[in-house]
Amino acid sequence: MAVDQSDIEKLAELARLEISPEAASAAAQSISQVLELVGQLQAADTSGVTPMAHPLDAVQRLRADEVTETDQRSSLQAMAPAIEDGLYLVPRVVE
Amino acid sequence: MHTKTIAQLVSGLRSKAFSSVELTRHYLDRINSLDSKYNSFVTVTDDIALAQAEAADQRLAAGDASPLCGIPIAHKDIFCTLGVRTSCGSKMLDNFIAPYDATIVENYQRAGAVMLGKTNMDEFAMGSSNETSYYGPVKNPWNTQCVPGGSSGGSAAAVAALLAPAATASDTGGSIRQPAALCGLTGIKPTYGRVSRWGMIAFASSLDQAGTLTHTAEDAAIMLNAMASFDAKDSTCVDQPLEDYTAPLGDKLDGLTLGIPEEYFGEGLNPQTAERVQAAIKVYESLGAKVKAISLPHTHLAVPAYYVIAPAECSANLSRFDGVRYGYRCAEPKDLADLYKRSRGEAFGDEVKRRILVGTYALSAGYYDAYYNKAQQVRRLIKQDFVEAFKDVDVIVGPTAPNPAFEFGAKGDDPVAMYLEDIYTIATNLAGLPGLSIPCGLVDNKPVGLQLIGNYFAESRLLNAAHQFQLATDFHQQLAPETA
Amino acid sequence: MEWETVIGLEIHVQLATRSKIFSGASTAFGASPNTQACAIDLAMPGTLPVANEEAFRFAVMFGLAMNAEIGKRSVFERKNYFYPDLPKGYQTTQLAEPIVGSGVIEIELGNGERKSIRLHHAHLEEDAGKSLHEDYHGMSGIDLNRAGTPLIEIVSEPDMRSAEEAVAYLKKIHSIITYLGISDGEMSQGSMRCDANVSVRLKGDETLGTRCEIKNINSFKFVEKAIKVEAERQIDLIEDGGKVVQETRLYDSEKNETRSMRSKEVANDYRYFPCPDLLPVILDDDYIEQIRQSLPELPDAKRDRFVSEYQLSSYDAAVLTADRATADFYETVAKTSGEPKLAANWVMVDLAAHLNKSEQTLADCKVSAEHLAGLISRIKDGTISGKIAKQVFEAMTEGEGSADQIIDKRGLQQVSDTGALEKMVDEVIANNQSQVDNYKAADEKKRPKMLGFFVGQIMKASKGQANPQAVNEILLKKLDEQ
Repeated sequence: MAVDQSDIEKLAELARLEISPEAASAAAQSISQVLELVGQLQAADTSGVTPMAHPLDAVQRLRADEVTETDQRSSLQAMAPAIEDGLYLVPRVVE
Repeated sequence: MHTKTIAQLVSGLRSKAFSSVELTRHYLDRINSLDSKYNSFVTVTDDIALAQAEAADQRLAAGDASPLCGIPIAHKDIFCTLGVRTSCGSKMLDNFIAPYDATIVENYQRAGAVMLGKTNMDEFAMGSSNETSYYGPVKNPWNTQCVPGGSSGGSAAAVAALLAPAATASDTGGSIRQPAALCGLTGIKPTYGRVSRWGMIAFASSLDQAGTLTHTAEDAAIMLNAMASFDAKDSTCVDQPLEDYTAPLGDKLDGLTLGIPEEYFGEGLNPQTAERVQAAIKVYESLGAKVKAISLPHTHLAVPAYYVIAPAECSANLSRFDGVRYGYRCAEPKDLADLYKRSRGEAFGDEVKRRILVGTYALSAGYYDAYYNKAQQVRRLIKQDFVEAFKDVDVIVGPTAPNPAFEFGAKGDDPVAMYLEDIYTIATNLAGLPGLSIPCGLVDNKPVGLQLIGNYFAESRLLNAAHQFQLATDFHQQLAPETA
Repeated sequence: MEWETVIGLEIHVQLATRSKIFSGASTAFGASPNTQACAIDLAMPGTLPVANEEAFRFAVMFGLAMNAEIGKRSVFERKNYFYPDLPKGYQTTQLAEPIVGSGVIEIELGNGERKSIRLHHAHLEEDAGKSLHEDYHGMSGIDLNRAGTPLIEIVSEPDMRSAEEAVAYLKKIHSIITYLGISDGEMSQGSMRCDANVSVRLKGDETLGTRCEIKNINSFKFVEKAIKVEAERQIDLIEDGGKVVQETRLYDSEKNETRSMRSKEVANDYRYFPCPDLLPVILDDDYIEQIRQSLPELPDAKRDRFVSEYQLSSYDAAVLTADRATADFYETVAKTSGEPKLAANWVMVDLAAHLNKSEQTLADCKVSAEHLAGLISRIKDGTISGKIAKQVFEAMTEGEGSADQIIDKRGLQQVSDTGALEKMVDEVIANNQSQVDNYKAADEKKRPKMLGFFVGQIMKASKGQANPQAVNEILLKKLDEQ
């Protein structure tokens, strides 16, 4: 399965990555190589095999409903790029 | 002092041959004067190290029994360290001062270990050569024209160059074992879930596991004793009884059955590497181990499955780096989309972007079943290969990496050629099994690694087999040139 | 042409856990921005989620109340999209294996009929933060206190055929979650939010029309209005030869119209996949059975019990059991006074009117169930008349205390003393001789009607405090004696 520059541009849009046309073209080539590698999976007979998302087939532990965190705003916001009145600032969000 | 193993340093501290402050100062001096050759550290924490060493000396004077008390170590820069920059090798986190410690960092602190600094790594642990770091490549102390392996290349080079007696590392597809092989070290990746992932910046959550790089298996056992813990903060951490990994090190290997997978000796394996590995197997036979040929029939699908699963997970794991709450933010974003795209576009390197794009592709509508789901099915087949094999054998043995250290730029623009350097290590991550690499000789004056793969939670078995090998050989004592 | 509206609702309900679904940060409402957003909620690097047991218990309670299948194995997935109120760049939610499967509930329609609405499924997920659009030098402010608050998203089948049915269903869900105590259900605070999928088709058509999703409607009234106005828009559009475009729309309550959310038009591909940081949650039969045993009486069961135990009409019982606070209030009044029917009248008429007028809820109203029961008891034992009772009730709403306190203080006791009443009757007869003559001359059948005049005069003289029954008896006797 090969991808072209416009496929890469669509993926980059979904992944919110700025990519120049030249970089997209180069990425199309290298990602096509990767897709060729992973394309080998198609030959595998996996009929009836349950997908395995976790190596150990383990089960989730549930935690008790307790408030264990205290206000750490000042330390957690110490390295925020833009803050005002305790809020993170971003370019205008349009609804 | 820097040529001693941890085990030897422990007795030196106990016998007051030197103090932790002296030992720490010695390593800091070495780092500050020699690391410009290797670029293995991205941050050196002199002040913290000396303060911790002083505290350790007090604990030692008071009779602290913890073996790591006063021993300097380095942490891979993937582990969050409170108040210290934690960059993960990326421009994205160049300004990120972690507001908490990773659980393993806490564990080492509790044991009294001293943090020398943070080691260089492939950006977000994505790489097999340490060429993708924002802070520049790390050089292999055995040959500075060559890569140290990756992604834990900084940790491996630091230990191989005797800038630290041990270092923490992480392994998603071979990132501990492959640099261990290329730098002539002992590197262990424990069973998935044995070590907490809390505070370890995620690359691929279902594959990532922390481990250590040391000169010897005995040191690895000492290090792993402190690193392993049950941590309720990590849902995937397993509540398994802790063991003393040093206890069974001395057990003889009579009755041990080694499985030799035919698939690990096929096309692509450097013939001289193969010779060293075969010779190492002979050593095991001389130590009383039985050898059995086995097959892991889905081995050829491990790299393809990995390069779907790891990118898929990383594409989501790295979405949090958006320039809003911490990390890199582009200058004067004109709108929200611009903030996201330029912050991420400017701060991520090419390999990270490539994997995010591959993962985005594999998960996108219309491709999920053919790629992601298929890969997770193949993953189960790969695990079943191992489960079958471990019915007959105790430890699986083979090469760690197909080639010794290669030169910078050798893999050029071909990502797949680089990915195939992890061909023997990736399957264990997919299956969640423990793996270990020990030195087993040199090819062209560059180290070769022997890989041991164990059953789930059989770390002590692996360390025992590695230690017995090291009692019978001296490959692990060979040092990189100009380091002693 | 007769059109039919087809509606399905997606209701988001915040669960009343103390801590968040994946972190130990508090979920309390109204804290200063970002003071309840911990490192996990902020998606700091290296942080990991651990699921909250209480969120699962609440979700299972809901599932059982909806007669739904419970997912003994449920799996969290990542829904990937970028938005500043979503710190991880994905929402942790459930898709293929949700905690609650299909189910069915009944709603009551205005005409007394009942209708079944099918539940498609309900799943657990995390809430997002909030974007504040006040102007920060051309920027928006992000508050992540709400990020990670547990939600269940309740997805119905497209089984509703009018705005009224949709509101009845929404109210039913509200009633169930508040009965269970798993959410405060406050729509004004966003604890319960509703998205409506609306389409129209010609009556009799089998296939569904193209639907639009109206997002985040925050009151029962607006749900009704939004659906009506959207259905009208679609019908007008089609009748003018246009086509409905599948899209997300916002309801503007000031203009009473829906409008397209163009900012969300970009085709989204959410790339769901199982969250590798969380493992499948497995619940066993014992756990589910224990929750089943602990369920409180639910609205339908309570309604049926009110009908049989208190001889209420089905309609009255449904009104009284619509929310748990009202039902509990009513039941206390009914039991304490021993007058269930009178109690129903007072709660549904006088109390409801008062709450409506004063815009109060039962919680902030000054009339307690004990007070109202006391008032009813005083009517029953003849201390006051029904008319005086209204005055006493008025005083109660002002916080003047119990019925007895008010009656005492204002001297409102009914006059039942025979001597005093006889005196009043004598006076009225003496002062109205011509009416007495008329009465005596009148036909037996007409007399009861004429009696009203004398009773009225006496009540007037007693300022309403004369016991009407006693007055009647004395009056009849005295008139016969004339």
